[in-house]
Amino acid sequence: MIVYVMFVLVPMGFAFYYSLFRWRGVGPPTDFVGFDNYVLAFQDPIFIDALRNNGIIVFGSLLIQGPIALGVALLLNRNFRGRTVFRLLAFVPYVLAEVTVGIMWKLLLSDAGTVNAFMQSLGMGGLVQAWLADLDLVIWTLLFILTWKYVGFAIILLLAGLSNVPQELNEAAAIDGASWWQTQRHVTLPLLGPTIRIWMFLSMIGSLQVFDVIWVTSVPAVRSLGASATMATYMVDSGFFARLWGYGNAVAVILFAISFVAAVLFQRFLLRRDIEGAITRKAN
Amino acid sequence: MVTANAVPSPTAKRRPMSWGNPLTYALALAVAAVSITPVVYVIIGGFRTTPQIVADPAGLPDPWVWDNYARVLTQSDFWRQVFNSAVVSLGTTLGVVALGVCAAFVLARYTFRGREVLYTFFTLGLLFPAGAAILPLYLMLRDLNLINSYYAVILPQVAFSLPLTIVILRPFLTAIPRELEDAAAIDGTGRLGFLWRILLPLSRPAMVTVGILAFVTSWNAFLLPLLVLGDASLHTLPLGVQNFSSQYTSDTAGILAFTSLAMLPALIFFTFAEKQIVGGLQGAVKG
Repeated sequence: MIVYVMFVLVPMGFAFYYSLFRWRGVGPPTDFVGFDNYVLAFQDPIFIDALRNNGIIVFGSLLIQGPIALGVALLLNRNFRGRTVFRLLAFVPYVLAEVTVGIMWKLLLSDAGTVNAFMQSLGMGGLVQAWLADLDLVIWTLLFILTWKYVGFAIILLLAGLSNVPQELNEAAAIDGASWWQTQRHVTLPLLGPTIRIWMFLSMIGSLQVFDVIWVTSVPAVRSLGASATMATYMVDSGFFARLWGYGNAVAVILFAISFVAAVLFQRFLLRRDIEGAITRKAN
Repeated sequence: MVTANAVPSPTAKRRPMSWGNPLTYALALAVAAVSITPVVYVIIGGFRTTPQIVADPAGLPDPWVWDNYARVLTQSDFWRQVFNSAVVSLGTTLGVVALGVCAAFVLARYTFRGREVLYTFFTLGLLFPAGAAILPLYLMLRDLNLINSYYAVILPQVAFSLPLTIVILRPFLTAIPRELEDAAAIDGTGRLGFLWRILLPLSRPAMVTVGILAFVTSWNAFLLPLLVLGDASLHTLPLGVQNFSSQYTSDTAGILAFTSLAMLPALIFFTFAEKQIVGGLQGAVKG
């Protein structure tokens, strides 16, 4: 309890306090500027880009990972030999550290990297790109990497949810003459509802805060032009490395506020039914 | 049956495994290929030399060279980072499990005013964007003189893992029937004895799940160590990978080898823990 309050709640209070100052992190903050840092942030093109990038990542993740994960989970939930091995393989990307994943893709996608060389050798030289250096392309490349990395998490959750769908229901549906597809559509999916909503929630919060993969894959130059910055990377860049603590903390508070509002809205409209839902169902 | 919820019900019998149809395998293979090809490429790439890679980025090693891996494995930096990661992750895991069990125990088995408020307070932590607090957290740790110590990573990580831990553990502890507690009381076991002798053994699967999640999260953590472990001798593996790759940019083969070795522990660990994680989540879902 004390640990929790001290290391989670107290810092957030301080973030707000510091954000009201122009402060370089040395000595107590004295130069009170009120909400200037916030005004500054919303006039700052890089911050706006970071917001847009976070938006792309949130919606991109939900719209791309959801269907893929659902398909793969349904596939891997069928009974067939070797299923365990395939499950393990599908989870591999999720287990790897963000940093290793980032560096791996950075090598694969560099100008003279494997992906480009591979395309060349397939005679698709026209598709060769500066995947991580092209200012317009980089955020989509990152979205691809994030999808590759995190889709396994959705699959794990969905498989756990699927294993709770009683086999009898599927069999009953089959006896009633429902095709495999109809069974999934009308029996399995509705029962997965709570799991899907929990995943959407976790994915949304995660996407808003994404840092590691972006930090190690994208060159600081690209990031500082806003092409691949997210709120979290911008916060660390400006607060910790540029020593603009007041400003960095203002970005932190905005990030916090956006995540929090999104979370509360989501909780209110979608998760309410499952509040004792997928993770805590039948607590009593 | 008092423990029915902890044991899979015998009626949920599985259909016997059969060979699936070819389409299933084709799809499953495609999924597997997409997820592991890049990883396999990196591992194999570590067996090549940088000139080989430059000449033909997509080729196979010819000949296979062990030198890159040998170089990394004989580096004292690498082993120190492994050691640091292990200390930090084990410390975090112990802290999370110990504190998580205590908090969940109180929230599950004691009735007191404000209990639900307190629980909601913790579940709110799930909504809490941990990353947003990192700057003031850094300042606070600096004021506490904890920067450049293992505690600077362990304590915050424990704190940030608590909400999820409590949300997973509490239903487990609640589900254990009161009759057991009464029986224990009649046998002269106090509340703490009940916790120690009956609840803990019964909720072990949930605790293992929680522990694994905390361990893996901590092992992979990057942002917090990046900010609070300025001292290179305390760097954890993710920081090491990052340093190595920016320090030896032209040594592609070396980076590939270092990256492979850095992912190995996570892969091995996960291979053994996968059943437990999925099983534990199921357990939590079933309550």
